Amino acid sequence: MTVERELFDYLLRLADSPLILAQRLGEWVGKAPAIEEDVALTNVGLDLLGQARLWFGHAGDVERRAGGPGRDEDQLAFLRDTREFRNLLLVEQPNGNFADTLARQFLFDRWHFLVLRALTASRDARIGEIAAKAVKEVAYHRQRSADWVIRLGDGTELSHTRMQAAIDRLWTFTGEMFAVDAVELALIDAGIAADVRALEAPWRDEVATVLGEATLAVPASTHMQGRGGRGGKQGHHGEAFGHLLAEMQFLQRAYPGARW
Amino acid sequence: MYAQMVETGVSAVRAQAEMTPEERAFQARIDADIKIEPKDPMPDAYRRTLVRQISQHAHSEIVGMLPEGNWVTRAPTLKRKAILMAKIQDEGGHGLYLYSAAETLGVSRDQLIAELHAGRAKYSSIFNYPTLSWADIGAIGWLVDGAAIMNQIPLCRCSYGPYARAMVRICKEESFHQRQGYDIMLAMAQGTAAQKAMAQDALDRWWWPSLMMFGPSDAESVHSAQSAAWKIKILSNDELRQRFVDQTVPQAEYLGLAVPDPELRWSPERGHYDFGAIDWTEFYAVIKGDGPCNRDRMAVRVQAWEDGAWVREAAMAHAERRAARQAA
Repeated sequence: MTVERELFDYLLRLADSPLILAQRLGEWVGKAPAIEEDVALTNVGLDLLGQARLWFGHAGDVERRAGGPGRDEDQLAFLRDTREFRNLLLVEQPNGNFADTLARQFLFDRWHFLVLRALTASRDARIGEIAAKAVKEVAYHRQRSADWVIRLGDGTELSHTRMQAAIDRLWTFTGEMFAVDAVELALIDAGIAADVRALEAPWRDEVATVLGEATLAVPASTHMQGRGGRGGKQGHHGEAFGHLLAEMQFLQRAYPGARW
Repeated sequence: MYAQMVETGVSAVRAQAEMTPEERAFQARIDADIKIEPKDPMPDAYRRTLVRQISQHAHSEIVGMLPEGNWVTRAPTLKRKAILMAKIQDEGGHGLYLYSAAETLGVSRDQLIAELHAGRAKYSSIFNYPTLSWADIGAIGWLVDGAAIMNQIPLCRCSYGPYARAMVRICKEESFHQRQGYDIMLAMAQGTAAQKAMAQDALDRWWWPSLMMFGPSDAESVHSAQSAAWKIKILSNDELRQRFVDQTVPQAEYLGLAVPDPELRWSPERGHYDFGAIDWTEFYAVIKGDGPCNRDRMAVRVQAWEDGAWVREAAMAHAERRAARQAA
């Protein structure tokens, strides 16, 4: 196959977004507005972490098949630097308040579900299998995050203001989700990757429906970060991201080669 | 043990002759090992003691998420991170069952949380120590959850039905927690010199606070005698502590780690390990609020509660509006 290099890169994109979002959700432990939410945030994080591990397993095998080192999940998660990470800019955004966290989750979940559903038909059988498992978990995530967008949007004046501000602030990171580059184009042609260009319209419809029910406005701004091949998917991240990695990777960096 | 020194509000355990007919009937049920259920008549002191004990236990689960949460974002491998997240999630779940068990006694979770935040309710002294290295996550699972299981397995047979049933479920999960903790210690004890040093340091710091978890000797305690008569305390603090030491010392030996007690030795006559004196001044200081992390732990919990107020209010407002729309 001629697309092994692209496939490896694409698998990192699939792995890194859930990994980084799980990392952010882990920061909430013990600090959520209610115990049920603490448990739920951790539960979603745990699902996402599990998905990242499956994608990393596939990525390592593809890398080995292509004559590379065949790195394992921990080498991929803990020993790459900022520019080598392929996650969406959206998921690396700091937690902010509960509305910021749930708005980030909602915008991602709606995209994530559509991508995974498309990937269940991938010509790469293992991608199809992982997507089929993950899409069941994400079906619950998207329901839960939409419920919170509606509760907070249509809650009190304060919660409405906070949720609208969160959606407005994060909106600029959603354009990247539907932009394709040479890596994705090659794999779309091969029937392996999801064509995210076709997912933008259904995503917008779903998001508009939920925001409508939440009495929130769809942001008017069209300014999008990460377009033109300079997004998270290409390894161009924000300033906060290096700090996230410094924390996440500390032990592997400080004690090279140790087994834990 | 997540409930320590639970007061019963009595000054002496009363003899049969001093009891009212209702109290005698209640004690007869307990003595016959018939479970007490929420709607059954029960003496006020029994009810209040259980609320104190169960809520202390619930608070311990919730506060106990903080020292472990301190390492979630720094777990060394993805597998360890997943296990730790699952464990912390279990603890949140345990807190929820236990608050629900307490609610069957006529108090609300919000009231109990308010008592905690006001400093009037206790939680286990152990969670007022800091987690300074990854080995501390291993030590908490191995020692702290190990001590908790020691206490909680007998409580599966306690007289109050909802508490006993919650304990059955919790104990199953705790035993997984303890194994994962020991597994972390094993990996580190067999690892590099730096890892072994971290493991030893963790054992040095957590050993004595773990023994203190069982509380001071209660051989002479009126409260313990009353709780034993009510079968909400099954074994004495000293018995539980001895069992814990007897179980844990060989595990430390297997790890190749030294228990930080020069007086520790096997006594063939007693068939138990003898161990050195516990520094109860430290225990009482921590219980009173002067441990290394008491103030931080409470500050984080109170902050989380206050920061979440607008979310809870919004959820209520939305639910009311939705109910009103459905009724219209």
